[in-house]
Amino acid sequence: MSGRVLVGVKRVIDYAVKIRVKPDNTGVVTDGVKHSMNPFCEIAVEEAVKLKEKKFIKEVVAVSCGPQQAQETIRTALAMGADRGIHVEVTGKDYEAMGPLQVSKIMAALAKKEDAQLIILGKQAIDDDCNQTGQMTAALLDWPQGTFASEVSLEGDKVKVVREIDGGLETIRINTPAVLTADLRLNTPRYATLPNIMKAKKKKIAKVNPADLGLDMTSRLEVVRVDEPPQRLAGVKVETVEDLVSKLREQGTL
Amino acid sequence: MAAVGPLGRIARLGSSICRNHRLLSNISPQRRGIASCVDPAHGLTDEQKEFQEVAFNFAANEMAPHMAEWDLKEIFPVETMRKAARLGFGGIYVQPDVGGTGLSRLDTSVIFEALSTGCVSTTAYISIHNMCAWMIDTFGNTEQRERFCPDLCSMEKLASYCLTEPGSGSDAASLLTTAQLKGDRYILNGSKAFISGGGDTDVYVVMCRTGAKGAKGISCLVVEKGTPGLSFGKKEKKVGWNSQPTRAVIFEDCAVPVANLLGAEGQGFNMAMRGLNGGRINIASCSLGAAHACVQLARDHLLVRKQFGETLSNNQYLQFKLAEMATKLVASRLLVREAATALQQNRPDAVSLCSMAKLFATDECFDICNQALQMHGGYGYLKDYAVQQFVRDIRVHQILEGTNEVMRMIISRNLLTES
Repeated sequence: MSGRVLVGVKRVIDYAVKIRVKPDNTGVVTDGVKHSMNPFCEIAVEEAVKLKEKKFIKEVVAVSCGPQQAQETIRTALAMGADRGIHVEVTGKDYEAMGPLQVSKIMAALAKKEDAQLIILGKQAIDDDCNQTGQMTAALLDWPQGTFASEVSLEGDKVKVVREIDGGLETIRINTPAVLTADLRLNTPRYATLPNIMKAKKKKIAKVNPADLGLDMTSRLEVVRVDEPPQRLAGVKVETVEDLVSKLREQGTL
Repeated sequence: MAAVGPLGRIARLGSSICRNHRLLSNISPQRRGIASCVDPAHGLTDEQKEFQEVAFNFAANEMAPHMAEWDLKEIFPVETMRKAARLGFGGIYVQPDVGGTGLSRLDTSVIFEALSTGCVSTTAYISIHNMCAWMIDTFGNTEQRERFCPDLCSMEKLASYCLTEPGSGSDAASLLTTAQLKGDRYILNGSKAFISGGGDTDVYVVMCRTGAKGAKGISCLVVEKGTPGLSFGKKEKKVGWNSQPTRAVIFEDCAVPVANLLGAEGQGFNMAMRGLNGGRINIASCSLGAAHACVQLARDHLLVRKQFGETLSNNQYLQFKLAEMATKLVASRLLVREAATALQQNRPDAVSLCSMAKLFATDECFDICNQALQMHGGYGYLKDYAVQQFVRDIRVHQILEGTNEVMRMIISRNLLTES
């Protein structure tokens, strides 16, 4: 086993920013808006770095797909302890149309190229909330998947994953190579330390094009319109259960 | 469980739906300042932006949630400071060979400005600690550097800076604490006043008189807690800076080994002045952070509070006031960062620029925070709202590290002295 882990990190609008829809309703405003690493991707990086510190794996490679600014996100991963980065350059219309299918094709191609033992991704991104990339990547590679992971342990050539599911916790044991997606309670990501930020400058980020990997980035989806959620209307207080039932009937809900 | 890292942030992602709670600004994550004219990231290198990001995250997660409690209960947050030290904040401009981070004065200013948005008082203490570590790093010999700096950089040991005395504040060169050489020890007698961290810290960098009157008779000795003859006064009750204890430091026939003399006799005052140049930038940076946080708080309040049928943000006077506050903040920030650059490069104008930056930034930023409090109306006066703590905490920045009056002395002397 190569002992190499690929970690996907996505550059998203910072969680604290108030999102505004573009006046032409084609998307949200991103120009001049603060971006940072997707919080679930931070958890994924932390898990990979922890596995390396415990000597279960040998190398952590951070991957990000997007324009030049994606390198900032890779640098954050390097400052947290990743060893090197791969920036898959996707710009313009391709970038706007890029979704889980395209990213999972990229991750699958890189996994084969880098002979990865594990791919760790965040369970979803906080901008599109797709929750698909990990699952699609596993399918494309025909690898087992351990999604919504709240606990990960490597046992020889298998991985034990405790998954957070609707019914509670499910424990599975899967073969490597495998795809894992990180859920909230998997770990608490470390702060980058000042010395690590400086060391990260010397770590390499390789730049690749999807074309170099022989990939077609065409999207099968077309965004028709983006709107703000409707303003939440005030409710009405009722005195008794009978009132509640009659109001619901009035509304046509019951 | 304290809300730490992304878990806390994601938990508050959920609570960000309840924007009414933004009025309880103590726990607001909005203090970072997202993409606007006052964004402190403007003009920084990518690397500096990363340092700033870590400092902002640390401030928001580890300090801001506690700053009110630390102030009210007068808690000295040693564990939090040690966490900060683990990230490299214990000896930011100390050389790496003794455990420091080896960053520039500008990097340091950016970091303290960001940390200050979480708690001014704690950040100010961290900056004093950093200054002491730097003094030993810069003026100490190999043995002293190796003995003291690693523990200071990790904040395993904490430091205090002892220059001021009951009888000598602005007139620092007139200090009276004596250090008489007897064999292989200096015997210290005298007392220091207003010492930040005094009584709770481990390493004291003390300016004392080994020679004749005036600046040339002053030397610098490192005194360790537990040395017989070293004692402390009562903990002072202050208007702000309550997360650091302030006490008098008393020397009664306190014997300190000769090996603890930094540099040579008579060099103390010079070291003190050089230390203060950096110290002034650091304190000014703390004021910048407080003002930045207050501009965010004021802005948020104006967007939420309604009177006369509309939000305060529609009132032209308040719009103009906010614009003035933002302009003063950016002007102060530019002056402080330029002073930091000048000091780093050892430019001839460094000393005056540091004095100007300290004078301007501490005055303007206090005004900004005070205006922000006014904009909050009655709520600004309540301890539930963070703005009053920023006002109380940075008030003292106009007094210590050299009063703003002394800053004027330094600047006018530069202008009026015939060259």
